[in-house]
Formats: sequence, C-alpha cells, structure tokens
Amino acid sequence: MKYYSKAIPKSERITRLVEHLYAKMPEIEASRAVLITESYQQTENEPMIIRRAKAFEHILDNIPIIIRDEELIVGSTTIAPRGCQTYPEFSWEWLEAEFETVETRAADPFYISDETKKKLHEANQYWKGKTTSELATAYMAPETLTAMEHNVFTPGNYFYNGVGHITVKYEQVLAIGFEGIIRIAEEHLANCKVGDGDYAKRSRFLQAVIISCKAVIRYAERYARLAAEMADRCGDPARKAELLKISANCARVPAKGAENFHEACQSFWFVQQLLQLESSGHSISPGRFDQYMYPYFKKDLDKGAITREFAQELMDCIWVKLNDLNKCRDAASAEGFAGYSLFQNLIVGGQDENGMDVTNDLSFMCITCSMHVFLPQPSLSIRVWNGSPQDLLIHAAELTRTGIGLPAYYNDEVVIPALMSRGLTLEDARTYNIIGCVEPQKAGKTEGWHDAAFFNMCRPLEFVFTNGYDKGELASIQTGDVESFQTFDEFYDAYKKQMEYQISLLVNADNAIDQAHMERCPLPFESCMVDDCMARGMALQEGGAIYNFTGPQGFGIANVADSLYAIKKLVFDEHKATLGDFKRALALNYGKGFDEITIAEMTAQIVKELKQAGRDVSDEDIATIAKTIMDTKLSDADQAMCDNLYDMIDALPKFGNDIEDVDALARDAAYTYTRPVEKYKNPRGGIFQAGVYPVSANVPLGGQTGATPDGRLAHRPVADGVSPSSGKDVHGPTAAANSVAKLDHGIASNGTLFNQKFHPSALSGEEGLNNFVSLIRSYFDQKGMHMQFNVVSRETLLDAQQHPENYKHLVVRVAGYSALFTTLSRSLQDDIIARTEQGF
Amino acid sequence: MENAINTRAMQDPNIYGREYLQTKGRIFDIQRYSIHDGKGIRTIVFLKGCVLRCKWCCNPESQEYQIQTMMVQGKPKVIGRDVTVEEVMETVVKDEPYYRRSGGGLTLSGGESLCQAEFARDLLHAAKARGMNTAMESMAGLPYEKIEMLLPYLDNYLMDIKHIDPEKHKQFTGRSNELMLENARKVAQSGMTKLDIRVPVIPTFNDKPEEIRAIAQFADKLPGVTKIHLLPYHRLGQDKYDGLGRKYEMDGILPPDNAYMEMLKQVVQQNSSLYCQIGG
Repeated sequence: MKYYSKAIPKSERITRLVEHLYAKMPEIEASRAVLITESYQQTENEPMIIRRAKAFEHILDNIPIIIRDEELIVGSTTIAPRGCQTYPEFSWEWLEAEFETVETRAADPFYISDETKKKLHEANQYWKGKTTSELATAYMAPETLTAMEHNVFTPGNYFYNGVGHITVKYEQVLAIGFEGIIRIAEEHLANCKVGDGDYAKRSRFLQAVIISCKAVIRYAERYARLAAEMADRCGDPARKAELLKISANCARVPAKGAENFHEACQSFWFVQQLLQLESSGHSISPGRFDQYMYPYFKKDLDKGAITREFAQELMDCIWVKLNDLNKCRDAASAEGFAGYSLFQNLIVGGQDENGMDVTNDLSFMCITCSMHVFLPQPSLSIRVWNGSPQDLLIHAAELTRTGIGLPAYYNDEVVIPALMSRGLTLEDARTYNIIGCVEPQKAGKTEGWHDAAFFNMCRPLEFVFTNGYDKGELASIQTGDVESFQTFDEFYDAYKKQMEYQISLLVNADNAIDQAHMERCPLPFESCMVDDCMARGMALQEGGAIYNFTGPQGFGIANVADSLYAIKKLVFDEHKATLGDFKRALALNYGKGFDEITIAEMTAQIVKELKQAGRDVSDEDIATIAKTIMDTKLSDADQAMCDNLYDMIDALPKFGNDIEDVDALARDAAYTYTRPVEKYKNPRGGIFQAGVYPVSANVPLGGQTGATPDGRLAHRPVADGVSPSSGKDVHGPTAAANSVAKLDHGIASNGTLFNQKFHPSALSGEEGLNNFVSLIRSYFDQKGMHMQFNVVSRETLLDAQQHPENYKHLVVRVAGYSALFTTLSRSLQDDIIARTEQGF
Repeated sequence: MENAINTRAMQDPNIYGREYLQTKGRIFDIQRYSIHDGKGIRTIVFLKGCVLRCKWCCNPESQEYQIQTMMVQGKPKVIGRDVTVEEVMETVVKDEPYYRRSGGGLTLSGGESLCQAEFARDLLHAAKARGMNTAMESMAGLPYEKIEMLLPYLDNYLMDIKHIDPEKHKQFTGRSNELMLENARKVAQSGMTKLDIRVPVIPTFNDKPEEIRAIAQFADKLPGVTKIHLLPYHRLGQDKYDGLGRKYEMDGILPPDNAYMEMLKQVVQQNSSLYCQIGG
C-alpha cells in the first residue's frame, strides 16, 4: 500500500482556536451539579438505572450550550473554554474543602466564582450519604482503611470519580446513529417477557438506554437550532455558510448514520463529549480513530467531495476540542495526574483481526494533527509491529522530535499475547487499542477498570524493617524482627509476605469501590455502546461487558530491585553491613538530616504518645518538640555508619545499566507484585491484572515514603514505571532499554511504562530519525511493551522554570501522557529535569 | 605466553579458532549508543595512546599510553585499563539488537587506534566475525603496514585530515602531515574500505576558507571518497585539562557559529564534488 505521507499544511483557523482555548485559566461551572440534583430529588423511588438516565436527560435538555468562534465541530460541556463541571454523585466534600485553594494550588488550578461556590454548596447538601465514595468506604474492611491511611496504596481514582477508562463502539454510532441503537434496544425490550426472572433489571436497563439516547439526539438538535440562529445573525458570509453546515450536521447526527466525513467527525465528537458528561471518569479513549473514520474519508475523497486539506482541518478541530474538555480533581489527585490531563488515548497503525497491517492515510494525518495543534490531548499512540511501515514510524519520530512527548509507542508483539493470556480471542487481541496512559484492551467489549489503584512497592519494604509498624501503629502484618533474618531468602520472603498481604487489601479496596459503582452509578449511555450490555440487559458496572478486568498498577520496581541488591550484596554476600545498620540508617535518613515531612511526622507521633499517656500538650510544647528533633545531632558513630553505608550503596551497580544480576533481581522483584495480583477476581465476574506504571504518582507518593535501602532519601520520588531510578542509568539509552526489557512485560498485561528523555540532537537529521526508530524497534525486539520520550534540553526546562511566561506551550511527557510543563508542580518539574538525559 | 593461549584455546570452545579474542590492549572508555560516528547506532571503544598532541584535543586523557589519574568533579579517577578483545566484546555485543536494526556496530576511536594496531585489528576482526559493521576514527599517521593489516576487517575508515600545510600541522599537532596524506592516498587506492574524510574545524588553525578548500580539494582527488565532514571545534574537553593538571592552550577561543560552518560548507561544495556534512 502507498501512503500519502506528506504533512498537510495547517490552517490559520487552528492557531486561533488554540489561542482562544488558552486565553484564560479554566473555570469550574455549577450547571451540571444543579441539574443532576434537581433530577435526583424527583426520582427517589425509581430504579437506579432509570434515575441515572433521567438525570442525564435533564442535564442534556437544560445545560447551557455554546458554539465557540470559528468552530467547525461543536459541542461544549462548559461555557468557559477548558472549563469543567462537577459530579457530586461520586464525591464532593473535597471540593467544598478546597473552594478557597483550588484557584491558587500549584497543580491544575481552576477559577471558581463566589456564585458558583454558592450554587455548588446548595446542591452538594443533597448528596450527603449518597455518593459512591461513601458507599465504597462502608464496604471496605477496617484493615484496608488502615493501609490506605498509611499510604501503602491509593485507589483514589475511582474512589472519588467515575470510572471512564473505556473505548466504545464509535463505529456503530457512525454507522447507524442513536436512532439505530434505540431500535436495537427496543428489539431487546420486545423480547423481554414479564415473567422472566431478570425482567425487572433488563427492562429497566433497556428503557434507560432509550431515554439516554433520545436525550443525546435532542442535545444535538439544540446545537442545530443554535447554529441556525447564529447563522441568521451572522454578517460574514463565509462563517454563515459554516454555521449552516454545522446546523445541518447536528440535525442529522448522531441521530442517524453519518453520510460523509464532516458528519462522521461531528458524530464522533458528540459521543466523545457526552460520555464525559455522563460521568466524571477520565481516559475515555477514542482508540483506533484512523480505522473507524477511514471509510468516510475514503468515500468522500474518491468522489471528490472533500480535499485532504479540509479533512485535515476537521481533524485538527477535533484535536482542539479534545483539549476543551477538562476535569477538576482533588488536590492530592491533581498532583498524581498533573497537567489537566483527561488521557483520551487515540491510537494509529497496527493490525486487523487477520494480522494484516492497517496503516492508512488517516494514520499519518492523525500524527500531523498533533503537530498542528501541539497540545497534550489526545494522548497519541502508535502501534508498532514487525510489519509496521517505516514511513509511519519516521513520521511519528518527527512528532517525537518536536518535544511534545507524543506519540507513545506500543509493541504489538508483546501486547497481543499478553491480552490472549487474559482470555481475549486472537482476533480481539490483534485489534486492541490503548486506554488512558498505557493500558491495552479490546474496544467495545471491555470494562477494564484499568487505573484501579497506585500501589507503592516501597512501603511493604519499609514494613519489613519496622515489623509492620508505621508511625507508631500496626499497619501491616508482622514478619518478624528484621535483625533476626539469617539469609537473604528470609529477608526476601518477609518482603513477599508483606506484599501479598497488602495486595489482598488493595483488592478489597478496589472491589468495594466496584460494588459501589454498580449500585449507585450504573451508566446506561456508556453501556449501550459496549458489547454485550444490550443483549444481557446489564450496565457495564454490573458486568455487562464481554471482558471484565481490574488493573491496579504497582510502581517503584527499580527502588525495590536496587534495595534488594544492596541488602544481598552488603549484608549477606560481602558482610560489610548488617540489617541492623540498614534499619538504623533508614530511620536516620542516612544521616542526611530530616526534612519537614519527617519532623512533622515524628512530632505528631510523640504528641500522640504523650496524649495517650494522659499529658496535656500545648502548641508551645509541640513547637519545642519539633525544634528538638530538628536540632538533634547524630552521634559520631551513627553518622560514620550512615555515611559509610550510603557510600557503599552508592558504589553498587544499579538497575538500568544492563548488568545481568541486578536486572535478574529486578525481574524477580516485579513478580512480587504482578503474580499475587493476578490471583484475584472482581465483582463483575472478571479478573485482576497488574500494570506497572505510575502516571505521575511516583512524585507525591514518594513524598509519603521513608528512606529506602537503595540509598533513596526519605520523601524523594520513587522510580517511575519500569524505568530505572532517576539519574541511576548512566550507560545510555540502549543499556537502560536492555535492562528494562529484561522485566517480564507480558505478565503486566495492564501495561508497562518506560520513559526516556532525549536531547534534540539525538534525533537530528534523517539519520537521527532512523536511528531513533531503530532504538524503538530494538527495544521491542527484546519484548519491551511501551516506550515514550521527552525530547527537550535540560537548559530549556530550567529556563522554563525561571520564565514560565515564555513557555506557556511547552509540552513534556510526564508519564503515560503529556502535559504543559508550566502547569506542573515544582517538584514534578524537578523530577522531569532529573531524568537522565540521553544526549550523546 | 603463546603456549598459555593455545592451551586455553584447546580447552575453551568459545576461543578455539578465535585466538584473536585473547589479544590484549589498553582502553580508557567504552561509549554505547553513539549515533554521530558512522552508520546507525554504534558502540565506540576508545583506545589509549596517541602520537599527536593536538592543542584542541577534547580527550587529553587519551594521549598518553600510560595509565593516569585525572580529577573528575573533585574525585580522582583512574584513566585506562588493560583488557582482552573478549572482554571488550562482552560489552559491545550487548547492543547487537540495535546494530541489526540500524546497520550500526563497532567504532574504534582514541587516542589513535593504530598505536595499538594488533589490538585494533583483532577488535575489528571479532566484530566482523559476529556480522557487525566496523568503523575506525584515525588520523593515519603511522606506517602503512599497520593500516594494511586491519583493512580486511574495516568497513568504514573515518580519517582525520587536519591541514594540508606540513608546517602548520606540525605547529598545532606536534607532527608533520606527509605520512598521513600519503597513507590517505594508499587507503583510498586499496579500495578495501569506505573512506570518509573528517576535518575538525579549529579557529586559528584551519578555519580559513582557503584552508578548508585545500583539504576539500585534496580529499576530492582520493579515489572512492565521496563524503567529507566538517566537525566544529567544541570546548567540552576543557575541564579535563584541569583534571590532568595541564594548561588548556586554546583558552578563550570560541567555537565557530552555525552561519560560519554553513559558509565553509559552501566553500567545500563549490570547490569539490564531495558531499559535505556538518557534524559526525
């Protein structure tokens, strides 16, 4: 096949649309919260699925709508560009608590007006005791809550928000429209017999689907009318014609099947937008856009109904719109998902169900879209396999070279067998796409719960040293006095036991949340576009999908591997230190002084003990205690032991340098997470599968982790994904990639994440691009799963920290997604700068 | 010594018939993922010792054959270690997947590889035996016999020609250039390797248009040579002089800017039929 791989020029409209979008700080709006509350108050005695549909209907019929200047594709969730609605049915208390700080916080600030605060506050009162997060808490075991208090893991994502993380059957909506889907629902409904045991649930689910789809059609009709009104008033004949076209499009789609590329784009957009108005779940991923849009493009192109330039412009408009959607998270989560990201993953290239390469012109044009629009969304991904055209990868590398951090590269040769090992058919596995950051699944058949939790693999390691205690409290099982271990295996077994116990609590947390979503927030609109919900008459949240998974991700493998190696070498092989030395050095932060977090923690613990002993503790006492801790000098012996141990650890080989025995230990250490996870089942009838990627949580959650035996000081970031610890890979990108490839990526079927940072010179010229593509292919030859890149010089990043005003559009790869550098918190910025720069 | 090698060769099937793996030499660094020295993704092995003393040399620790101690970021670092070809290859083969995909392989650099010609030959031999592409950065200023013996294993000779004028050459490098120019002709005539000419562009030494033109015209006459690289002077080696307790004689000299390099590239293209590239 021949591709039209030449980049099509960018229209000026796109520049202006982007400028308009980023003119102001994003804003929180109250209309959705007010409308859903009104609806819920009127439906209290109805089945939950019907209540959800009626609430969705009430929102779509009444939420304010807007067509922004020069838009060709319409549909906005908020009046303010990049604004966000709130979703009190999942959680709301955090927002009330953060009303005064949300505008000024470091990560992802949002403007909120006093009037909005008032409206939200009034609406929120209704939701006390009615949210998914409250029900989830009620379902959790006490020991699970303890573990969460001690920051071993955080299921924050779905605990406070909708689930999202899905790719629906866009192609079905494009083909038959929601009128067609309503017909299918009506047929299923006609087949429901009142005497059937599941009649109640099935019939109400199908009725809810019909209500939701009709509401979506009416919502589009509101846009058709608005566009027509605006056309009437419009003095500019060119814009008037555009508005009339928009009006005609919205009158037809998504009610009916799309008849041309422009309609297909508009129909796609309403689906993409409204999925994110139904629930607050992020990572609603367009998936294989180049595949399901291609027939409409090809048809128009063949009959001369569209130019490539206009098709490119329409796609560019969609790329802009993907950045118009936004979400406000609680302050802690905002750190973990920094960069206003919605993780709408769009993937190009790859194979069809028969294993043939399906790269087409749109695959190239999607890459060009990201060059034109140059914004973080969508999270663009490329499927790579042995049959991928070199042209496509070179075009992708050209995008990488711009420094935008896109695309991410995925290896079919690992992903396909990994998915098959979880029960997907060969055909389904071959047509996978990526959800959110890095999570593979089959579109339109899967409820993957892909981002189920962050699990910090370093915390169980701390428990080995403290015998399960944390901050004076028993927070895990007791695996014995660490100083009593006589062999490395005894030590390692204790770690494995701590891991297995904490993983069981993680599973409990996830399943409790899952159950709460099932009962309180089933989603009829989303469900009608995923098989086999309609035939089964079940929402996705109830187990309606063909494939059901829960995918919590672990991180800190590099720290654990380097820690285990340090203990094995220094304590058991070379007898240069004891476990007691390690225990003491960790508690003393290697004699490098205590930071504010440690001082605050230690003070709080002493205060607690004093209070338990019946003593009054004044504020002055607390200040004195804190100062005493701060001023405490280590004894000379302790200081010498710490310094010596720290230097010995520093001199040891580390993961990420292509050293056989360290890498082998890393592979094994990863199994301490991936193997226990896959034993468990979820309430939707599916299984757990591990992922190994951190989003950007390695920074904030590292802030909750004490010093570790790899020489990492307390509260420093832990390693991201499967990448080596920051700055520890010193033998270049091939050595780092070889080490990472030695991990078992296939078992981490919920995705792995490998970050590399390059200096622009590494990709300069045609030869640079070819070498870069070779690097990816070679990592993939060795069964690596995913690779992504930051291409930006250290000097640029440092300058951007100094002069953020000059770098409003500087996009960097954070972890599984890209974000605007200047919107990231200072600590995350520092972490990105510290990642080894593979210049040469 | 001879006997010891033979005994091992008899016992170890990995060595039998591959005695070249036991040759010893002295290196001071191995750098992986080099993408600016020859085709594809490469590993560069830096051999220690050189007969020239170029004032701008960015690897001053490479010049002495003796093992030295250099201060690096305030800490003493031993520069140079003695290794066998086999030991070097243990590192080089780690990136074979990358060579296969990119057409890359092993590059020898220095120092001057020809100062350890047997070792260099056997490294190249070992790489060729595994199907890797081979390259060598060298200024060719040693007797031709040393070059001749490694040509069968060398795919790409990246030859430095620094100046056409013998006097000026001697003044800035310590040696005259007649032997090097003569060897350049011989290597080109042998037809046994792809010969590329590389010119470090050093302000005050060879950066005048007529100086670059003279080199280009010389290179243009070499049979089979199609490509010339102009490598702009950089100061990244400056700290190493301090670390070795040596004076950096090029102090205060600024690297040529991009516009100047482009101008020199024009000069080459107007005065020769060579393809000219700025950088490696």
